[in-house]
Amino acid sequence: MNNILVLPMLLPLLTGFVLFFLRPSVKAQKIVSILSLLSLVAISGRILLQIRVEGIIRLDFGGWEPPFGILFVGDSFSALMVLTASVVSTLIILYAFTATERRMENMFFYPFAFFLVAGVNGSFLTGDMFNLFVCFEVMLLASYVLITLGGGKVRLAESMKYIAINVVASWFFLVALAFLYGTVGTLNMAHISVRVAEAGQGPLLSAVAVVFLIVFALKAGLFLYFWLPGSYSSPPGPIAALFAALLTKVGVYAMFRTFTLIFYHDEFILGTIIGTMAVVTIIGGCLGAIAYTDIRQIASYNVIIAVGFMVLGLAVFNEEAFKGSVFYLIHDMVIKGILFLIVGAMVYLTGKTKITEMSGLIRNYPTLGWLLFLTTLGLAGIPPLSGFIGKMYVGLGAVEGGNYFLLFIGFASSLVVLYSMLRIFMNCFWGETIINREDQRLFPARRLIPIALLGVLTIGIGVGAQALEPFVSDAARVMANPGLYIDAVFGEVES
Amino acid sequence: MEFHMTILVGILVTVAVYLLLSRNMVRIILGTAVLSHAVHLLIITMAGAGEGSVPLLRESDGPYADALPQALILTAIVISFATTALLLVLAYRTYEESGSDNMNTIRRIDRE
Repeated sequence: MNNILVLPMLLPLLTGFVLFFLRPSVKAQKIVSILSLLSLVAISGRILLQIRVEGIIRLDFGGWEPPFGILFVGDSFSALMVLTASVVSTLIILYAFTATERRMENMFFYPFAFFLVAGVNGSFLTGDMFNLFVCFEVMLLASYVLITLGGGKVRLAESMKYIAINVVASWFFLVALAFLYGTVGTLNMAHISVRVAEAGQGPLLSAVAVVFLIVFALKAGLFLYFWLPGSYSSPPGPIAALFAALLTKVGVYAMFRTFTLIFYHDEFILGTIIGTMAVVTIIGGCLGAIAYTDIRQIASYNVIIAVGFMVLGLAVFNEEAFKGSVFYLIHDMVIKGILFLIVGAMVYLTGKTKITEMSGLIRNYPTLGWLLFLTTLGLAGIPPLSGFIGKMYVGLGAVEGGNYFLLFIGFASSLVVLYSMLRIFMNCFWGETIINREDQRLFPARRLIPIALLGVLTIGIGVGAQALEPFVSDAARVMANPGLYIDAVFGEVES
Repeated sequence: MEFHMTILVGILVTVAVYLLLSRNMVRIILGTAVLSHAVHLLIITMAGAGEGSVPLLRESDGPYADALPQALILTAIVISFATTALLLVLAYRTYEESGSDNMNTIRRIDRE
């Protein structure tokens, strides 16, 4: 029985609907939310372990065998992503319990957060191209609501841009799907892979691949990231953290899935186009991270640098580099969650957004300051924190593949990340204190705990990388050998 | 049939792009609506429009039309419906808050 595979999407979806009816009582909403999230984490963990024992598992909806029906496929890659996304969203929503304004809680903040998680988990698990589009839309519609929630001139203007750009991206997705279906006549990812391999990736299929690349690049903020800093810096802390931790990662995941499983034949697209896009993204992100003084903007540009770095692994295209990218994806979900929560907290506590306007916060909020320092080290990839192991494997892969230029760009970006983050730390936390001890806003321990837990998680992933390694290697092995995925989809499934 | 449909899709995309590039918010939203119609037509054309009979057994001996694209389009229509509705409400709220439906004016608010 593989029915467990649908739960990571079904559970948040149902919880979201239940929460709609619990609107009058915020307390009941919180209790239901936390119970649902904890079971979500437990289920994702179980799926990961089941895949470890049984290999890749799949669930054919309605008993329609592939390639005819829609199916969910769980391999180590998707299960790892689902588990990380569940853990991170649990902690972020835990933080949101104390940090969300009452009027937003009353206007369905929690249901939409759950719909977002449902869309994200669905995108990770689906094995059908059109279903991927639908899950993307579930996730995006929830994000449209979350980004506009609360209103205000600036946020509405930013939302307008965000939604417009995503509608156009979704349009490109449909165009790509139409051409793909017209060419290979199937939408099951494994089946597409087989047919593309049979037909050879000719000019038409390569064009389709590039359209898919544009779609996922728009969603992930790879190269086409112009919309990202504005949109991610306008919503309040918890929502920005959910976005930064989950949304771009789904784009990166989809890119890995399509280009390792389906369109892996064309070296020009993989090496040259994706490699160039990754390098330009990293450089652009670095420039932005150094140029801005608004801490939310700096954090947003750090998201862009990380996306570029993960995609470097795809451009290098060998098993070692995939392993690094998977580690880095896991790390990045955690670290971007913690970064945006801290940045949101800083903006809330001081009422300012620029690094030039804040100083000496370490006297007022010492724990928050040291957590930011921990995040800084984690982002830069200093051992034993979680960023190091991913960077190391991507580096090893790049050396193995002889991509020394990509290696250089990737590692040079770490220094820029370190500089941009230290700039926040030193300007905002060191120096003269601007807020009197008596006047300072309270930052209760209830809020600090989720951030601290995320901090513990980033240390845990770094120190416990050994325990995580078998799962990550398995994920990388499947990516490097698409045949394994295809066999699992077309093999017999016992029920 | 396919030939004419392709040209129609091209015209619709042209119109949509023209609308999307204007400064007026409502025009942009109409642009996204037209854009989604264009892609729906494209999907149905891709699967071979007007060929085959109704995909019901015993109705005819085949060849049957491909039923899948229609299911896909139905899903896509619902999604574009929802997005357009949301965008219209958002445009109205933005107009209420900023007193303008011009994207250039709204962008300037952003920079301040």
